[in-house]
Amino acid sequence: MLKSTRNALFGAALVGISFSGQAYAETTLNALFMAQAAYSEADVRAMTEAFTKANPDIKVNLEFVPYEGLHDKTVLAQGSGGGYDVVLFDVIWPAEYATNKVLVDVTDRITDEMKKGVLPGAWTTVEYDGKRYGMPWILDTKYLFYNKEILEKAGITAPPKTWDELAEQAKTIKDKGLLQNPIAWSWSQAEAAICDYTTLVSAYGGKFIEGGKPAFTTGGGLDALNYMVSSYTSGITNPNSKEFLEEDVRKVFQNGEAAFALNWTYMYNLANDPKESKVAGKVGVVPAPGVAGKSEVSAVNGSMGLGITSTSQHPEEAWKYIVHMTSQPTQNAYAKLSLPIWASSYEDASVTKGQEELIAAAKRGLAAMYPRPTTPKYQELSTALQQAIQEALLGQTSAEDALKTAAENSGL
Amino acid sequence: MPGTWITTRAWLLMLPLLVVMIAVIGWPLVDTVRLSFTDAKLVGTAGGFVGLDNYAKMLGGSNFQRALITTTWFAVVSVAAEMVLGVLAALLLNQQFRGRTALRALMILPWALPTVVNATLWRLIYNPQYGALNAALTQLGLLDSYRSWLGEPGSALIALIVADCWKNFPLVALIALAALQAVPRDITAAALVDGAGPFNRFRYVIMPYLAGPLLVALVLRTIEAFKVFDIIWVMTRGGPANSTRTLSILVYQEAFSFQRAGSGASLALIVTLLVTILAVAYAALLRKAAGAS
Repeated sequence: MLKSTRNALFGAALVGISFSGQAYAETTLNALFMAQAAYSEADVRAMTEAFTKANPDIKVNLEFVPYEGLHDKTVLAQGSGGGYDVVLFDVIWPAEYATNKVLVDVTDRITDEMKKGVLPGAWTTVEYDGKRYGMPWILDTKYLFYNKEILEKAGITAPPKTWDELAEQAKTIKDKGLLQNPIAWSWSQAEAAICDYTTLVSAYGGKFIEGGKPAFTTGGGLDALNYMVSSYTSGITNPNSKEFLEEDVRKVFQNGEAAFALNWTYMYNLANDPKESKVAGKVGVVPAPGVAGKSEVSAVNGSMGLGITSTSQHPEEAWKYIVHMTSQPTQNAYAKLSLPIWASSYEDASVTKGQEELIAAAKRGLAAMYPRPTTPKYQELSTALQQAIQEALLGQTSAEDALKTAAENSGL
Repeated sequence: MPGTWITTRAWLLMLPLLVVMIAVIGWPLVDTVRLSFTDAKLVGTAGGFVGLDNYAKMLGGSNFQRALITTTWFAVVSVAAEMVLGVLAALLLNQQFRGRTALRALMILPWALPTVVNATLWRLIYNPQYGALNAALTQLGLLDSYRSWLGEPGSALIALIVADCWKNFPLVALIALAALQAVPRDITAAALVDGAGPFNRFRYVIMPYLAGPLLVALVLRTIEAFKVFDIIWVMTRGGPANSTRTLSILVYQEAFSFQRAGSGASLALIVTLLVTILAVAYAALLRKAAGAS
């Protein structure tokens, strides 16, 4: 009896499946996202659900990988004949993806409304050689976060405006015994270290490439690494920074073990969440500092875009999905972990409410965003620089020699 | 002759397997060799013939030499430690005591764990801020301040070796334990009666039974250790300052991160060759050991 009931149910389920399959001419999109920072996985799932509700004939399979695997996974899928229709890509990859034809040129698909509405700086995320390879989706830069309570205890009235001031304030905090190592960075042998480095390079007015050749071995590029090394050796920086990624920085900061931390937008609301953080309500945020006589603030372009792969069988549906994900209503609804790409969103009270301080920092930071070099050889350059940073921090070689070696190994 | 018929039938029976082997191992290998003589990119261009250029560049580069040293160091130390730990554990588990079965089952656990899980677990243990290792060592008074185990070139490789040993010594223990079970009780009893001490009993009574299986474990573990990738990729990605960048990581970076399929293939073949030489050397050793016993 029981068995026959189960069989009947099973049969009914099968019938149900085959019917729902026939009801619509279903298209399935495969999309690759990242499982950390900016929008949370739950946010992406919710945004996608809203899309499939409005477009019941399109199904979207979501896949999440850590940032560290995003590039290689995309390229590998492409190399083996495809698999994804929509991929999330970092601002540093369009040059390489365009050169190797990983992404579809969508310049003509972008409407006038998008052209006018999206912040001009955001477009640099998806551009290479005058063409656009997707829509900007995550608009991000590194900010200087500070622990208001610790600064107050140290008698510091305002957060630092220059990098030298940051070092002085950190030293005061260290000397007063409030914290052993007041600053936390993400200097692990990974892209995260290059983002911190780039922020400093922009502050010191440095350049990565000039006339096709490496230009970071002198001037601002060298000053930036020297600053990192002196911050590390003087003990004002948490020595564990050289194995930290962004999430480690967040944990240290929200446990109250850092007075200052450089991190992305998403940390602001998470570190202010009492369920997550011991420093909720004490989190201050300002643009990353500048250098006297050279810059007021500094920032790295850490934005990411959504693009269609050249192997996709469904570029129309893929574009429809991207338009939904990057639309102003979607972005405004999930503005807590990633700020919208749309200029008018910043005047919208529903977006700014409760994060006025972050919005104020964003207005200045986003305007100063400095790009990492756009070159098809970016991965090589980055790997060489990561090594240089670590060797200099560990004192294995001088900052100058480390950067020279990096220039030689950069493939440029 | 019946002999030839049996041989022919054996070949016929093996034919499907041979076809599959050629398809899934032979062809990719041939294609890799072809690729290694070109400057092909992973996506985009097919690449032109460049002869031995890739090999010359790879072998001559300081990256390769440094990675070879790192890999050798990793393989030698971790395999040696795994062999010693494995045999000790097997000897212990071969004793009669309460809870032996439970302990035997428990010991297989690290080995059964996926490497990525193991690596993540050890990353947490080594965490410089909140890790269990730092906490334990400071509480025991062995350390006065927390250390960044994976952030210092001096300790990173050792930390990786420990994590790798923890995962892999159970395999050696398992093989050794199976061999120990084959040692006839009356022989060990007789040796005991004859007044042989623990060392002599191990050396002259047990070791001959262990040697063959242990050599097999040694071959397996050496080859695996030489190809090590995942545990390092998860824990340090080759850092700090490339101090844990092994040959496999170099192959991965070359072929996939930098997308130079051609030179990546040449490097992969160099590693394959090195591993083959090791395997052949061990096979000769095995044969000698088998001949001796």
